[in-house]
Amino acid sequence: MLINCPYCGLRSLEEFTYGGDASLERPDLADEDMERWYTYVYLRDNPRGPHKEFWHHLYGCRQWLVATRDTLTHQVTSVVPARDVVKPADLPEVQSPAEARPKRVAGMKP
Amino acid sequence: MRYSVASVIREGLFGNKGWGRAWRDPEPKPAYDVIVVGGGGHGLSTAYYLAKEHGLTKVAVLEKGWLGGGNVGRNTTIIRSNYMMDGNTQFYELSLKLWEGLSHDINYNAMVSHRGVFNLAHTPSQYDAFAYRGNVMRSNGIDAEILTREEVRKELPYLDFSEKARFPVYGALVQRRGGTARHDAVAWGYARAADMRGVDIIQNCEVTGFIREGDRIVGVESTRGAIRAKKVAMAVAGHTSVLAEKAGLRLPIESHLLQAFVTESIKPLIDTVITFGAGHFYISQSDKGSLVFGGDLDGYNSYAQRGNLPIVEHVLTEGKALIPRLSRLRMLRHWAGVMDMSMDGSPIIDLTPMPGLYLNTGWCYGGFKAVPGSGFCFAHLIARDEPHPVAAKFRLDRFRTGRPIDEKGAGPVPGHH
Ligand SMILES: Cc1cc2nc3c(=O)[nH]c(=O)nc-3n(C[C@H](O)[C@H](O)[C@H](O)COP(=O)(O)OP(=O)(O)OC[C@H]3O[C@@H](n4cnc5c(N)ncnc54)[C@H](O)[C@@H]3O)c2cc1C
Ligand SMILES: [Zn+2]
Repeated sequence: MLINCPYCGLRSLEEFTYGGDASLERPDLADEDMERWYTYVYLRDNPRGPHKEFWHHLYGCRQWLVATRDTLTHQVTSVVPARDVVKPADLPEVQSPAEARPKRVAGMKP
Repeated sequence: MRYSVASVIREGLFGNKGWGRAWRDPEPKPAYDVIVVGGGGHGLSTAYYLAKEHGLTKVAVLEKGWLGGGNVGRNTTIIRSNYMMDGNTQFYELSLKLWEGLSHDINYNAMVSHRGVFNLAHTPSQYDAFAYRGNVMRSNGIDAEILTREEVRKELPYLDFSEKARFPVYGALVQRRGGTARHDAVAWGYARAADMRGVDIIQNCEVTGFIREGDRIVGVESTRGAIRAKKVAMAVAGHTSVLAEKAGLRLPIESHLLQAFVTESIKPLIDTVITFGAGHFYISQSDKGSLVFGGDLDGYNSYAQRGNLPIVEHVLTEGKALIPRLSRLRMLRHWAGVMDMSMDGSPIIDLTPMPGLYLNTGWCYGGFKAVPGSGFCFAHLIARDEPHPVAAKFRLDRFRTGRPIDEKGAGPVPGHH
């Protein structure tokens, strides 16, 4: 799988980390409506087809991007800088390379 | 026909001409008591226990492809019950107990092999965590042993115990009753046993929508026509979101890929199941001699049923760090399956907000070991409209009410479970 970084050009998947669904809208931090937070934290459309998602060009320019990728064919049709399409509140927190990998302590699955 | 020593000898003497088909190939009837959507391990075991435990035999299993074409035939076949969260601990132990009697129960050799599962620890803190897990298991009446480095070395001398080992082995948690089972045989055996009790198993029949009356689901639309049912039960693994959307349900599920790998056949080397706690790698040897192994999720949502290369490299690197001699083997095949990753890594067996629709999903990459227990508990839920006590914590609303079962402690990030 290749991702066309708007800053660096066509690069291999290995340079990127996945940041999840970019179509979700985070409620305002002062929002006390639990139903809206539940929806934001847990519920997903999980489409079989085009999916808007965050990718971090971790081993390249280190910019957050929003890609539209088909989850059935893995074809990436558009990649734009995240700052152009989302409010700062929706951006995932920037991670250092060491933190970007999920911590695997138990290591006994599946 | 029941399989027995006598039938094997008789057929062996007369050219194996008398074996009938293992299950019928009926046309769908216009209506059933229960329709189970998805002919994977969970759907087939559900149908079997509906018939056996609850006497419901007007049951159909609808499968869009062929039996065994989904995850039930794509996984690395590890079975174990070394969980420690309340809910999971009891459920997976029930499932392991059902595995123990399975071949006799369904009159089909599922090749269940209690060869033991070793979880390797590489640091003192990981060792402590495993000791804790082992204690939780034992206090629930589940077998667990904790082994030191030297004890592990005696049993698994081919691991890298050298000075150069990148991740030295510190010890291990062992569940001797854990092991493997033959994946296809599990699907075929449950299919045949359900069929013998009158269940219609219908392949090449994709469910494309639901029939409603008021707010009730009263059947399905399928590629072989409309079929009515008093109850419709979903067990479609990685495709749950796609099907649930047709009923208007939005779920705490993402679909992710997991790959598996198989080498050429070699003489017996690994007589157990080993998981590599320093990374994410697990390996066993099949009865044909191939080494079967796997590693991490690809890490992003996908329905592609084919993986990407970075994981191939990652898994092979980990394998070689653990067992250096793997580097001499040829890898014959690798493939991927689409899994229903839930937001806390634990399963969901529940009623849905839609009367008449039942949900079985969220097995992530541990759902093969769950096949007997899941079918048993799902059948109970469908037949009685109340959860089986052992699966009572697998409710859909646990996310809303703040009672997730986060075995891994990874939070609501499916790709990290
Ligand atoms: C590579 C890999 C390794 C794994 N290793 C292990 C392991 O070692 N141990 C373990 O415990 N678990 C393991 N798992 C997880 C386990 O395989 C799954 O959790 C489990 O098999 C899923 O349940 P199932 O067997 O019912 O799914 P499936 O066999 O996928 O069954 C679902 C069925 O539903 C059908 N379907 C989908 N949509 C429709 C529709 N609309 N209409 C009709 N039919 C439909 C599909 O065709 C499919 O046959 C692994 C998974 C993978 C991919
Ligand atoms: Zn870049």
